Amino acid sequence: MVDKNISERKAKYLQKQRLVDLIVPIIAIIAGLIVGAIFMLIIGAEPIKAYIVLWNSSFGSLRGFGEMLVNTVPLIFTGLAVAFGFKIGLFNIGGDGQFLVSYLAAAYIGYMFQLPMYIHLPFALVAGIIAGGVWGGIAGYLKAKLGIHEVITTIMFNYIALHLVGYLVGGPLKAEGPLPATPKIFDTAKLPRFVPNMRIHYGIFLALAVAVLIYYILWKTTFGYEVRATGQNPDAAQFGGINVARNMVLAMFISGALAGLAGSTQALGLEYRAYQPFGFVGYGFTGIAVALVGKGHPVGVVLGALLFGVLSRGAMMMQSMVGVPKEVIEIIQAIIIMFIASEYIFKYLARKWRERKGGVADAS
Amino acid sequence: MASGNNLAVEMKGITKRFPGVIANDRVDFELEKGEIHALLGENGAGKTTLMNCLYGFLNADEGEIFINNKKVEVTDPNVAINHGIGMVHQHFMLVPPFTVTENIVLGKEPTENNMIDYKTANQNVRDISKQYGLNVEPTAKVQDISVGMQQRVEILKALYRGADILILDEPTAVLTPQEVEELVKIMESLTDEGKSIIFITHKLKEVQSIADRVTVIRSGKLIDTVKTDTVTTNELANMMVGREVILEVEKEEANPGEVVLEVEDLYAKNDRDLMALNGTSFSVKRGEILGIAGVDGNGQTELTEVLTGLRKKEKGTIKFKGREITKPQTKRLFEEGISHIPEDRQKRGLIMEFKLYENLILGRHDRKPYASGLNLNNKKIKEEARRLIKEYDIRTPSETVQAKSLSGGNQQKLIIAREFDRKPDLLIAAQPTRGIDVGAIEYIHNSLIGQRDNNKAILLISLELDEILSLSDRVAVIYEGKIVDILDIEDATEEKLGLMMAGAESEEVKGGGQVG
Repeated sequence: MVDKNISERKAKYLQKQRLVDLIVPIIAIIAGLIVGAIFMLIIGAEPIKAYIVLWNSSFGSLRGFGEMLVNTVPLIFTGLAVAFGFKIGLFNIGGDGQFLVSYLAAAYIGYMFQLPMYIHLPFALVAGIIAGGVWGGIAGYLKAKLGIHEVITTIMFNYIALHLVGYLVGGPLKAEGPLPATPKIFDTAKLPRFVPNMRIHYGIFLALAVAVLIYYILWKTTFGYEVRATGQNPDAAQFGGINVARNMVLAMFISGALAGLAGSTQALGLEYRAYQPFGFVGYGFTGIAVALVGKGHPVGVVLGALLFGVLSRGAMMMQSMVGVPKEVIEIIQAIIIMFIASEYIFKYLARKWRERKGGVADAS
Repeated sequence: MASGNNLAVEMKGITKRFPGVIANDRVDFELEKGEIHALLGENGAGKTTLMNCLYGFLNADEGEIFINNKKVEVTDPNVAINHGIGMVHQHFMLVPPFTVTENIVLGKEPTENNMIDYKTANQNVRDISKQYGLNVEPTAKVQDISVGMQQRVEILKALYRGADILILDEPTAVLTPQEVEELVKIMESLTDEGKSIIFITHKLKEVQSIADRVTVIRSGKLIDTVKTDTVTTNELANMMVGREVILEVEKEEANPGEVVLEVEDLYAKNDRDLMALNGTSFSVKRGEILGIAGVDGNGQTELTEVLTGLRKKEKGTIKFKGREITKPQTKRLFEEGISHIPEDRQKRGLIMEFKLYENLILGRHDRKPYASGLNLNNKKIKEEARRLIKEYDIRTPSETVQAKSLSGGNQQKLIIAREFDRKPDLLIAAQPTRGIDVGAIEYIHNSLIGQRDNNKAILLISLELDEILSLSDRVAVIYEGKIVDILDIEDATEEKLGLMMAGAESEEVKGGGQVG
């Protein structure tokens, strides 16, 4: 009986935990905005005005909303990539490299072939998926077979991708003319845009569908079960007859493919060619933040990607309209990530508060 | 002290509530100076809560605490430490890559010119270890020394901070029989030096052999405090569980059938790449329990792992149901009818973050009826989980709570439910009752006998000699990776097995018996 009481108490506690999971990101956002406001005050800007601009930049007009979604698409993919890696216990920091190889692969298929759209577009997307998947899968293989830490390999593969893509786009695959970029892709490889005169493309629907697919894989399939089991307790997974090494390679392939989709949709939906990269665009890196904010859950990732989509869109508008440097937004982003990463502090404070409240109730 | 009151600790009317449960309900507890006092109770009875109140990890809602006859508000562990209380936790809190000395002086380092004075530190550690007869090598790294040694380091850490009152939380749970003996010696020498010891446990035998007095707690309430020489083990068990407990396992004569598992000349390496199995041979028949007795670290873990495909064998043959298994693979073995209760349920047996229903399908999650094609059949999985929870009497509010919210005994039942439900031909049970309470032990023992009577072959690997003796039909003793001898249960006495476990050949044991 006591057993039961304790379990029930713990079950209740765990439910509360889930509530904390929801509240923490919200508090983090508010805290980020407050700290951002303080910085603005210090440099003599008007935070309220700036925040109104921030809000309006995404929600004030249809165009703004569309542009915000354009920012959001790659972040959903890279966020899912990092989240999927987390689920099997691997930290994929290589999103930027996987982004780049897929970006180029999709663009290459886009301009090299002339095919009907229903073949061409999927072909280009699949090429991107494979490129990113292989890029991530190599890191998974090195981890599973040789025990090389995936953080190191994925970072190094970022640089290999950066310079490889840079060389290819600037040299062998460069289009004629002054622009350091590949030729334009054919229309048949383009992800269509669905609002006249706006850049928002079908990539957003693809991203949402993939988020649903990832949710389904993780919680409704045996493979997802194995991935989660391996991530939570590799020893027990092995004990249960799960092929841990194979799953690691496969999961990193999927993670890389997801980050790759960010690159392919960027090439096929937005830029219609691959430009020579100056440096990392940072989608992979922001994807880590998105996955953290989203608690590694696909729904959370979508929401997190929206948040960062709004912030990055707002950063530009705040700079041009009220003269708040866009670095302030970066500070806000950093604060949000920091708060979420230090969730422990919240939980500690919440517990202390509850304990104190409990103590008072007992005394009365 | 002049008052003649000789109490090191007195706790009066301690009440500690958690939301929805009273962990301690007006519990009184006294510790006399220089005594070893056992705190006995099942898992979840409130022993650790009471001690956490004393050590300042928790604040009692009601009640008073006196240390050396002075009323003390123990608001946090620093207060307790300043009043001479030291606690050694069940899970050690040591820094593995640090040396013994570094761990002991951590936070209270002797310094010279702002640098740690290692010479003085090492000398200090040598001094106190000598004073209390706790042999340690100050310059060894903690990760390289045995568990028993690590525990000594924990004790020394408390002593170094000036502890007079030591709380040991389940100190024997991780120790080999020899290490337990040495720990008992250490505890005695500590009390000789005037220290007082509280010793949290749920093992009845230890209470009798180690403690002077025992306080029994059940469901958060004080049952009684008695001198250990005035009660029997059975009486203590009844006080602890609240009902008649049968410590002896009742079983019929075994009725062994054909050989299910045959192991011949098996060699395997351990994690440190040293040979751990050196030509192990034995066989297990249907309808019998073969117990493997031995001191920890003689190849038991490696044997289990090889037999379940978790470790590579170097050479030797394994025959299961008459067929040789050349390359043991976990998944294949499971499918062919081997079930395994692992020795470490938290490490291997369960995924603590997973819900009960998810844990119950581990190992057959990709087979019917739990999966169809690539998809999990979550509805069926939950349905089966509810059936198993009922059938195996797992105490839980529902099948959707995480495994970590269950007590140790119920976690073990969860594993048993999963492994028995596979309907195996061979069941490998490694330490099936480690760290769980008497009630659950009774249940697990009876289910193992039940499986035996159901014509399954059972390989029982246990460090608890009592468990081996009460369950097995034949006993094999393992020493340095080799089976010393296999005895019928009628011939297996504790003395004989003890000698063989220490490496004596069976002939020597018998010869010795004749001479003696």
